[in-house]
Amino acid sequence: MFAFVLRRLAVAIPTLLLLIVFSFTLMHLAPGGPFTGERALPPQVLANLEARYGLNDPLWLQIWNYLVGIVVHFDFGPSFVYPDRTVNQLIAAGFPVTLTYGALSFAAAVIFGVSLGVVAAIRHNSWTDYLAVGVSIGAQVLPNFVMAPLLVLVFTLWYGLLPGGGWSFNDPSFWIMPVIALATSYMASIARITRSSMLEVLGSNHIRTARAKGMPERRVILRHALKPAMLPVISYLGPVFVSMITGSVVIDIYFSTGGIGKAFVDSALNRDYAVMMGVTILVGALTILFNLLVDVLYAWIDPKIRY
Amino acid sequence: MALLELRDLSVRFQTNDAEVLAVNDVNLTVEAGQTLGIVGESGSGKSQLSFAIMGLLARNGRASGSVMFDGQEILNAPPKVLNRIRAEQIAMIFQDPMTSLNPYMRVADQMAEVLVLHKGLSKRDAVAEAVRMLDAVRIPDAKGRIRLYPHEFSGGMRQRVMIAMALLCRPRLLIADEPTTALDVTVQAQIMQLLSDLQRDIGMAMMLITHDLGVVAGSCERVAVMYGGRIRETGPVGPIFAEPTLPYTQGLLDAIPRVDQDDEELRAIPGQPPNMSRPPSGCAFQPRCPYRRDICARIDPPLEGFAPGRARACHAPVAEVLARLTQAAPNPGQPAAHPDEFPPQPIPRGAVAGAGAAGTPSTTEGQ
Amino acid sequence: MVIDQSKMQSLSDRMAEVKGRSPWADARRRFLRNKAAMLGLSILVLVTLFAIFGGLAAQWSNEELDFSVMGQVAQMGQPSLENGHFFGTDNLGRDLYARVVQGTQVSLMVGIVGAGIAVVVGTLYGATAGYVGGRTDQLMMRTVDILMSIPYMFVLILLLVMFGRSMSMLFLGIGLISWLDMSRIVRGQTLSLKNREFIEAARATGVSSFRIIIRHIVPNLLGVVAVYATLLVPLMILTESFISFLGLGVQEPLTSWGALISEGAGTMNYGTLWQLLFPLFFFVITLFGFFFVGDGLRDALDPKER
Repeated sequence: MFAFVLRRLAVAIPTLLLLIVFSFTLMHLAPGGPFTGERALPPQVLANLEARYGLNDPLWLQIWNYLVGIVVHFDFGPSFVYPDRTVNQLIAAGFPVTLTYGALSFAAAVIFGVSLGVVAAIRHNSWTDYLAVGVSIGAQVLPNFVMAPLLVLVFTLWYGLLPGGGWSFNDPSFWIMPVIALATSYMASIARITRSSMLEVLGSNHIRTARAKGMPERRVILRHALKPAMLPVISYLGPVFVSMITGSVVIDIYFSTGGIGKAFVDSALNRDYAVMMGVTILVGALTILFNLLVDVLYAWIDPKIRY
Repeated sequence: MALLELRDLSVRFQTNDAEVLAVNDVNLTVEAGQTLGIVGESGSGKSQLSFAIMGLLARNGRASGSVMFDGQEILNAPPKVLNRIRAEQIAMIFQDPMTSLNPYMRVADQMAEVLVLHKGLSKRDAVAEAVRMLDAVRIPDAKGRIRLYPHEFSGGMRQRVMIAMALLCRPRLLIADEPTTALDVTVQAQIMQLLSDLQRDIGMAMMLITHDLGVVAGSCERVAVMYGGRIRETGPVGPIFAEPTLPYTQGLLDAIPRVDQDDEELRAIPGQPPNMSRPPSGCAFQPRCPYRRDICARIDPPLEGFAPGRARACHAPVAEVLARLTQAAPNPGQPAAHPDEFPPQPIPRGAVAGAGAAGTPSTTEGQ
Repeated sequence: MVIDQSKMQSLSDRMAEVKGRSPWADARRRFLRNKAAMLGLSILVLVTLFAIFGGLAAQWSNEELDFSVMGQVAQMGQPSLENGHFFGTDNLGRDLYARVVQGTQVSLMVGIVGAGIAVVVGTLYGATAGYVGGRTDQLMMRTVDILMSIPYMFVLILLLVMFGRSMSMLFLGIGLISWLDMSRIVRGQTLSLKNREFIEAARATGVSSFRIIIRHIVPNLLGVVAVYATLLVPLMILTESFISFLGLGVQEPLTSWGALISEGAGTMNYGTLWQLLFPLFFFVITLFGFFFVGDGLRDALDPKER
């Protein structure tokens, strides 16, 4: 298992380094970037950049400085727009918010999605099944940017039950709509995947054996069917994670929750490339880390995987 | 009272296109300690028959009729009743040991849970008992290997594990559904030997489902031949092999390639097994039958007794079918021509294992 | 919203093993009997007709401001047959019907072109990797792995911001990322096709690799590619709408469903709900249409109870 993790890291780390090099080079090439001199930057920003990267140094040396800064010091450098702020500060302000509603959404999507899928599969062709299938088909055309306005319309404008935006760590009523908006479509996809894989597993030979052994149905499902049925769901968690982080941009904008998505879009509008790159690299690193976890989980469940 | 008694057992499947009658009014009995062979091609309904007994039909399958086990009705019985009988009274082993064992659980856990559930043993005792059973099915180093996963065993070893798991509670009836089909020819003979040894030790009855006549000849007392969902011929194994009075049985026996005969062609039964969603009118075997007559296309012959302990479902008179048999008389020394040699004296192992390994449509499919 | 990979796997397994008789005749029969798929197909035909000919019925152009409703959109700009604003007006007084027609054109085009790029690039890339095999395959698929772990939406937005927002940049960005999954599926399919008799026969008679890929492998990938492409179109539409919702995609005076939904969502508390609902309606039914048709195609080619 240890060797397996090492081997995965051997791929993951170069990927991340490549992403960093790619982003920085892109920034150099971009018209209107701070390095082309086309745009008048505040003198303080220029001084920061000079101190950080050495603007007259060759490109490779600047990339090297950037790389070392991130890898060794976890420092994404100065902002291109705000003279007195670093990328780290701008990102750190939003990160706990994103993490909070992101983790809640992820948990909600997995827990409700899997439960719905399992129940639908067990009660195949019953009204529960049809309801679950109907809900999940419906929800797949309700991505976060559709759910968000619809939720606000119903719960804020019509019924006035929930605050239509903003964020407070102390008041969960601010969390509800962001979590529902972000989780719904993934919950639906997870439910669909769980249902079809559970149905397939329940029809498989080893489940017949378990029943022939006189196991009560509940035990057959929990002990024998659930594990293999989860495998396709687990491989789907990687894409869900990425899509959720992406979706958090919409949540941050629409609900003014102030997560890292806000930092990203603000910097996109300000052309503060340093922040955009910082967010991109951070998200890339999280994605790679999460995919590694998923692979380990998968290998742990399926004994046939050799690592 | 018979140990297992099937009365008018029928199994229907509801598919998107049509209703399929997989098993049609089957009547059978198995006495305690006896071995009954059920023979037929793929799709003849023999496996669905066994699933129906155990209540293991797929969701879209419905069984009707009656299955009495030890005087108790178990067909469509509530899960609580069935779960007390499964594994404890009636155990089952399946055709494909790779997919029939749970690939995600260690053998130890899969075996132990049976004893924990039915006998209330502690996990530790259950594992110890499982090791003893693995020893009994002659798995070398059972103690070490019980910690492995099924995919770490070879095909024959997996089937031994399957058998050991089925016998943990010392059931009174073992249903073996094609136990050797997925295995190498050499391993087949070992497994069959093992099964008959264990059957003797435990004193259980066995229902052996197979398309392999060699296996039946070596290990069964009575045989039922199934075709198109119905029992077409039953009787003691000797007479049936010596004097097959059913054209289909005759065809099956004829299809066994023989080393000691000069003719080079394999005599397969012409045509295909019937499509059970659109069964032919009259006798299901009629399109492939050399003894076909007009009535066959209209009326499905009932299963009728014609000699002590024997019954057949055919419009052609016994004498006519037997007459053709003697014409094509195999030379002496044939197992099929010398029924008196068995069951007391089983035919040689090699012959059993090899027989029926090729030529019948069902085997080619199994490969 | 992401395509269920295990079902795609099952489909490609089946498409690789079907032999002899063409599976298409059976598949067409099953597809035509699938009510959801037929409904989806009808929806798509109607939406396409709307995109192409809807403009003819418009009483206003999509850029013209109707000064009579300006400033009192909530009262005067409602959907009405009398003043020719069938879907009402947007917040600036532009005819929403004409805008929705235009948004439909743009979104459908983005979806189809994006999926088209994915089909061409992904098929060729995957077929080459699978057919050539060995080290080349390893290298090519490793590259795909690496590209897949890049947070593409962020990179896409980065590209759009750095190099300017334009339709061609959007197409390029969407097309560049969408082919990855396709190439994986096609590669797997090619691997199983590669050792089949007719490919070996072609190779034995000295047909060049490139010709084998184009003439023999690619046509046999058709089923899998068709299903995947049908499911990819709505994903492309979703991606574009997402970016446009953030205001980073299609720019005025062009518009798309995402941009219209974004505008509608921004103004809904002024009592102009139709501005959200009309574009949302077309967006939702079109996605349904594509999903139904895609699922129907897959089930027709890989019939299996689920």
